[in-house]
Amino acid sequence: MTTMSWFQRLLPTRIRTEGGNKRNVPEGLWTKCASCDSVLYRAELERNLEVCPKCGFHMRIPARRRLDSFLDEDDREELGGDLAPVDMLKFRDSKRYKDRLSQAQKGTGEKDALVAMRGRVKGLSLVAVAFEFRFMGGSMGSVVGERFAIAADEALAREIPLVCFSASGGARMQEALFSLMQMAKTSAALAELSRNGVPFVSVLTDPTMGGVSASLAMLGDINMAEPKALIGFAGPRVIEQTVRETLPDGFQRSEFLLEHGAVDMIVDRRDMRARIASVLAILTHQEAPVSQPATT
Amino acid sequence: MNLNYLDFEQPIAELEAKIEELRYVTDDSELDIDAEIERLEQKSEELVSGIFAGLTPWQVAQVARHPQRPYTKDYLERVFTDFNELHGDRAFGDDPAIVGGLARFEGTPVMVVGHQKGRDTKEKVRRNFGMPRPEGYRKALRLMHMAERFKVPLVTLIDTPGAYPGVGAEERGQSEAIARNLFEMSGLKTPIVAIVIGEGGSGGALAIGIGDRVFMLQYSTYSVISPEGCASILWKSAEKAPEAAEALGITSQRLLDLGLIDGVIPEPLGGAHRDHEEMAENIADTLREALKALTDQPMDQVLARRRERLRAYGKVQTN
Repeated sequence: MTTMSWFQRLLPTRIRTEGGNKRNVPEGLWTKCASCDSVLYRAELERNLEVCPKCGFHMRIPARRRLDSFLDEDDREELGGDLAPVDMLKFRDSKRYKDRLSQAQKGTGEKDALVAMRGRVKGLSLVAVAFEFRFMGGSMGSVVGERFAIAADEALAREIPLVCFSASGGARMQEALFSLMQMAKTSAALAELSRNGVPFVSVLTDPTMGGVSASLAMLGDINMAEPKALIGFAGPRVIEQTVRETLPDGFQRSEFLLEHGAVDMIVDRRDMRARIASVLAILTHQEAPVSQPATT
Repeated sequence: MNLNYLDFEQPIAELEAKIEELRYVTDDSELDIDAEIERLEQKSEELVSGIFAGLTPWQVAQVARHPQRPYTKDYLERVFTDFNELHGDRAFGDDPAIVGGLARFEGTPVMVVGHQKGRDTKEKVRRNFGMPRPEGYRKALRLMHMAERFKVPLVTLIDTPGAYPGVGAEERGQSEAIARNLFEMSGLKTPIVAIVIGEGGSGGALAIGIGDRVFMLQYSTYSVISPEGCASILWKSAEKAPEAAEALGITSQRLLDLGLIDGVIPEPLGGAHRDHEEMAENIADTLREALKALTDQPMDQVLARRRERLRAYGKVQTN
């Protein structure tokens, strides 16, 4: 969405050249930090788990890369990978849901917006799930709910902890009330874990809103948040329209949630493995993992 | 135009006004006024059933929000006796958008919790248009736990546009309050009957809506997002709300067909707002049967079924 200068606007469309201020470097080699504007070397940013080495800004990270960087390399098993979404309502807005799905599937390589795996973190067995925000805004429909429930079942059966990385705009409108019921389904699955003493760590990442925030994401025995993530029930624009005033700086950000008692801690993505391993080892009465998290 | 009638109800309003007029001219007329009134009343009835047989989902949404529609307190007076309202979440405050308390249903002790909208402007504002804040959900949860402790069945009445989107609500953990209720209701050791009496607005509705039996009144709605909200996001225009209402499948019959609710409670001819008494009787009939069936079973079995039901929500395919 670039604004055209008055001069460009005068030119007939055919004469306008696309992307006049595009960088003259090979695609994807360099990238810009959305927060501090530093030009970053792509490979370095990847090594740094999509956290800006200059200012510490946490960019969004794809679900599979998240799990890949979180879990130990060996002994992994994907859960519910064979499940795919169904358009049972033949939902159609400006686009068909079917088309939105295949577009999202092509764009992300995922069948739906949650990836679930059993694996280990510093040797501790656990089940981990991560939301894929690029898949229709990480919205929760039937497949997300079912995969989450399968992950919880696996954690329960093996009596190993469950960890969830959420990044979602909320319930998926195109699956209508089925989506709303996934809030009930996932919360019920977590209640089952809780009754059986199986720990659940919820990591809220940017953004975690609506029906996902108002169900599974807020139900951690321990709630962690990545720095400056947007987390809340209603979207800031909806609130602004309702209360008719501009919202304070930092409203619904992780630091705001910590201050108001909604999350236990804010954890840098680069410390996440160590931090989660540490708390889970304590909760499950196991030896401390080899390396300790840095104290913050 | 009569403001107590929806736009598609206007023909009914006109005919009814005419009947009212006729009642006053009985004396000075040679016509057989009684017969005429009877004829018009029959016509009115046909008109009403004609209009209501063909309501679009968007029109049903209007009926669900009808200004004269009975609210939770109307049912507390008619369906239940001995209502003792209980206030407050014991932590922050009392939210008038949710009412709850101990009551009797045909003699049997129950706990009732429901959203409450206001009838006049002052009351609407006091009740926050039926949009609860976290303390409302936490009050509801406190009453649910009390119901569990004292082994009384829980009846919830759902009627909200949604949980309140406000600064204070976010500060006090709106998300957590809703999530916690879902978590706790899934394992609450007392039978739960949930009835959508008006608007079932998203997470704000579901937060008191997990039940062993879930019913909807015939012209109530239940939806993941309001038709207006959906239209403004997906169609980029709130004016497409009628299309969104259609696509979302928010009506009782549609949701029954999809297997998401257990039953539809019939409304009086022309909607619940036309006869609060009859509506209350229909609710009582359904409630009597549901509570009997649930209290006849051992609690373990009720809970196991509730968990199975929650686990089964959703449609997926494997490939």
